[in-house]
Amino acid sequence: MIMTEVFLNNKYVGKVTNGREFVDSLRNQRRSNKLPLSLNLYYNEDTNQAFIETCSGRVIRPLIIVKNGKALLTETHIEKLNKGELKWTDLVEQGLVEYLDTTEEESALVALRESELTPDHTHLEISPIDIFGLTSSLVPFGNYNQGVRLTQGSKNQKQAVGFYAANYFSRMDMDVNLLCYPQKPIVTTITNELTKMDAHPTGQNVVVAVMSYQGYNMQDAIVINKGSIERGFGRSTYFRPVISEELRYSGGLTDEIGIPDKDVKGYRTEHDYRFLEDDGMIYPEAVVAEGDVIIGKTSPPRFLSSLEEYNLAQTSRRESSMALKHGENGIVDQVLLTESEEGNKLVQVRLREQRVPEIGDKFTSRHGQKGVISLVVPEADIPFTSSGIKPDILFSPHGIPSRMTVSHLLELISGKVGALSGRYIDGTTFEGEKEEDLRAELLANGFRENGTETLYNGITGAMYTAKIYIGNMYYIKLKHMVANKIHSRARGPIQLLTRQPTEGRAKEGGLRLGEMEKDTFVAHGASLLLKERFDSDKTEVPICEGCGLVAIHDARKNSYFCPTCGDNVEISNIEMSYAFKLLLDEFKSLTLYPKLKLKSQIAGKTRQQAEAPQKEGVEE
Amino acid sequence: MRAELRSYVGTLPLKILEDLDAELPDKVSDSKFKKIMSTVVEEYRTSLAEPGECVGLVTAESIGEPGTQMTLNTFHFAGVSEMNVTTGLPRLIEILDGRVEISTKMMEIYLKKPYSEGKDIRQIAESFKETRLKEYIKEINIDIAETEMQMLLDEKALKERNITQGAITKILVKAMKGLDVKILKDAGIRIKASGDDALGLIYKLKEKLKEVHIDGIKGITQVLPVKRGDEFVIVTAGSNMKEILKSDVVDKSRVYTNSISEIESIFGIEAAREAIIREMLKVLKDQGIALDMRHVLLISDAMTMSGRVRGVSRYGIVKEKPSVLARASFETPIRHVINASMVGETDNLNSVIENVMINQPVPVGTGLPMLVTKPDKKAKR
Repeated sequence: MIMTEVFLNNKYVGKVTNGREFVDSLRNQRRSNKLPLSLNLYYNEDTNQAFIETCSGRVIRPLIIVKNGKALLTETHIEKLNKGELKWTDLVEQGLVEYLDTTEEESALVALRESELTPDHTHLEISPIDIFGLTSSLVPFGNYNQGVRLTQGSKNQKQAVGFYAANYFSRMDMDVNLLCYPQKPIVTTITNELTKMDAHPTGQNVVVAVMSYQGYNMQDAIVINKGSIERGFGRSTYFRPVISEELRYSGGLTDEIGIPDKDVKGYRTEHDYRFLEDDGMIYPEAVVAEGDVIIGKTSPPRFLSSLEEYNLAQTSRRESSMALKHGENGIVDQVLLTESEEGNKLVQVRLREQRVPEIGDKFTSRHGQKGVISLVVPEADIPFTSSGIKPDILFSPHGIPSRMTVSHLLELISGKVGALSGRYIDGTTFEGEKEEDLRAELLANGFRENGTETLYNGITGAMYTAKIYIGNMYYIKLKHMVANKIHSRARGPIQLLTRQPTEGRAKEGGLRLGEMEKDTFVAHGASLLLKERFDSDKTEVPICEGCGLVAIHDARKNSYFCPTCGDNVEISNIEMSYAFKLLLDEFKSLTLYPKLKLKSQIAGKTRQQAEAPQKEGVEE
Repeated sequence: MRAELRSYVGTLPLKILEDLDAELPDKVSDSKFKKIMSTVVEEYRTSLAEPGECVGLVTAESIGEPGTQMTLNTFHFAGVSEMNVTTGLPRLIEILDGRVEISTKMMEIYLKKPYSEGKDIRQIAESFKETRLKEYIKEINIDIAETEMQMLLDEKALKERNITQGAITKILVKAMKGLDVKILKDAGIRIKASGDDALGLIYKLKEKLKEVHIDGIKGITQVLPVKRGDEFVIVTAGSNMKEILKSDVVDKSRVYTNSISEIESIFGIEAAREAIIREMLKVLKDQGIALDMRHVLLISDAMTMSGRVRGVSRYGIVKEKPSVLARASFETPIRHVINASMVGETDNLNSVIENVMINQPVPVGTGLPMLVTKPDKKAKR
């Protein structure tokens, strides 16, 4: 007799004679509430092992139990549920519904719909949308789509600018966007209701026409109606905090929040401190821009232990105010004076900035059809329907065929029906309203049943020969806005070590012309252009022709001398990149002797050496 | 070649002249001939690389760019029935690295006349295939008491390969020096070990014995006769050019292996250069990548110009670069700098990378031409 091995939470605990019977009896005990409902069982026939799982961290989900091809949860139960005579916990207690984890799912055969039940089935989904995640099931008519589009659609929704919390006014959140006039979607899904998404909407219902507009909405770009923007479409507020704390240091010294004295080390200009009140904090509603100080603060000097002896502490306090960095601006929204966990004085200032949609802002529908505004058209120039409706957004028809987002088209038509009939449309995946019904309703409303309408050119007034697909959709503004990303540089800060331009937007950096980009210049033979591009760190270095090392230029006497060969040698100024000079210095620190042989010393020896030095490594 | 064309030797390459000779009709009027030739010469000149053209970098870019697309379909197996051949990017890397041991060696063996028509093709193919002792053994028994091993040979297999029990015993005596090997009745072989650890030895021997090479050509693990057109060709997995060439039935002028190192050691560097070109073009063609052949020529030239096949790596052609700075800028910089300092190397700054480093015009394209003046001594003020 082969015995079944039993594992409890993947630890071997013993053997039983019949694994299947053992697992079944345990399962029945769980269903009759003798065992915890989060206990899961699995019998593996191939390896003849039984697994019992009770540990935490497993994802479990409810399913309706099926016996002999019939769901245990019947219409009568549902009626009672609706009347409030039964509760969810009753269903679980009565053994009608149970929770399965991924292990037990291995041995379950789950039917998606009640009509599909056969005697082999062990469970039934409560609703077919249970196979989706939370955000995926927010996509209306998701069952008409390719799977990838659902994932993309739900990913986009996670980046939405919406109404994230009703108490936003009393919060000090970092980097928060708030949509100014959020709306409930006309086309909803059941998840919208269940998760109370209506209390936290993420977008607005707009009129969308699927057409091109002077080629401006090529690729995935969208053309937007300026009138809609002026009426508040896509308008959002951006909040950003500025925080400063009065830190305590050893020796009883502390930071001090207040307007810094003029003798403080690193004092800015009086102009920069103009918004500060006597307590060193800015006042609300101040309009601030780059460089303005928000919170004035001074810190005790560094290395204070050595300075204490001379008692110079007061004079050499450091300025450590919080000021707006490069490219930042806004309006002071709220100033909060409080205490940190350590009991230090803490100032939090919230800056507010209104973000009106502009060219480059990113918008999306709920179907992964994201795009960037490429043109804001005056309302007068927007195409209009025969009834005078002007679309808010012109969406390119080329986005549809290759992506096959049928749900996008369906939402547009159902949105139109919803707007005309004045009701919300259920677009729940698998269970939404039928396309035929929607078309019939549209026809009954006096529109073409396929959703198209005759449109007229907004500029010339001429009728378009093609019928334009136009309707209502829920559009979402995404948190990627140009205002946070725009960046350019002509001259600017450089790094101390290499004298090359800094990197990144925050540091007003340059865009790197990298190794492969360099190669393209070389391949074109654009040698001198390449040199010019790499001139960002060029320097002139005096080189001693005697020893081939860097010489010294005494600017006061305007004389050159070499520290090793004295001042009786020929010294030439050589142009090179500072990075190369640094390399030579690093060689020297490795006790290598990088001797530069200048062209004058080897005249006529080789081609191509304008001022090019030669390098020689000599063992030291 | 006709006389008129001879005068163009030096102006045009021989290959073009030969082609012209073949293509031109027998009688061409003088004026027409001149016109044709001037067009040919002009066309030839325009297709030459211009002075200062950065051919190396263009080659690198031209191969590198489609190479990024190749990574997507890395392990694509094309080949004859059951044989898997490395193609695509892994094969390209293999070739360019100048690797001696490649992942799938292959040979194409063309045969001499009666055999190429299919005579005894199976037997010939089988005779090339390497066999090991394990393929002839039915059973191995180890007698612990006697510290001996008894093998029962598979008579059917022996017959198929035309090998006698005696021949195998002979090989075994040679391979198992100092052991007592005896022929038994009924296709059996007995091997007896003696000494202190006789039993341990027997057990170790067992595995070793199985791998003893018996027959065929070492290294050739699979053979497959294939019909190419009118002719039978034996395609093999594994390669051993040296041994194959010893066979009498093989057409020695057409045998081919994809192992560049074998070609190099047997036929020399020019053949290896040709093999690199062939193998690279084959990979690129398989992947549907259109690449000008001159890029491939340049690479194979660079790889073989030292007289040995050198890979495009820090141990290969990069090591041969004359400039210290150029070598140091490509992997393991410290080692190159230290070594250069020990011998007091001079860098003449003649190439691209060095000049980019010190921010000087690179000597290609517009950076190449220089103004050379010899100041007139008399005109000196």
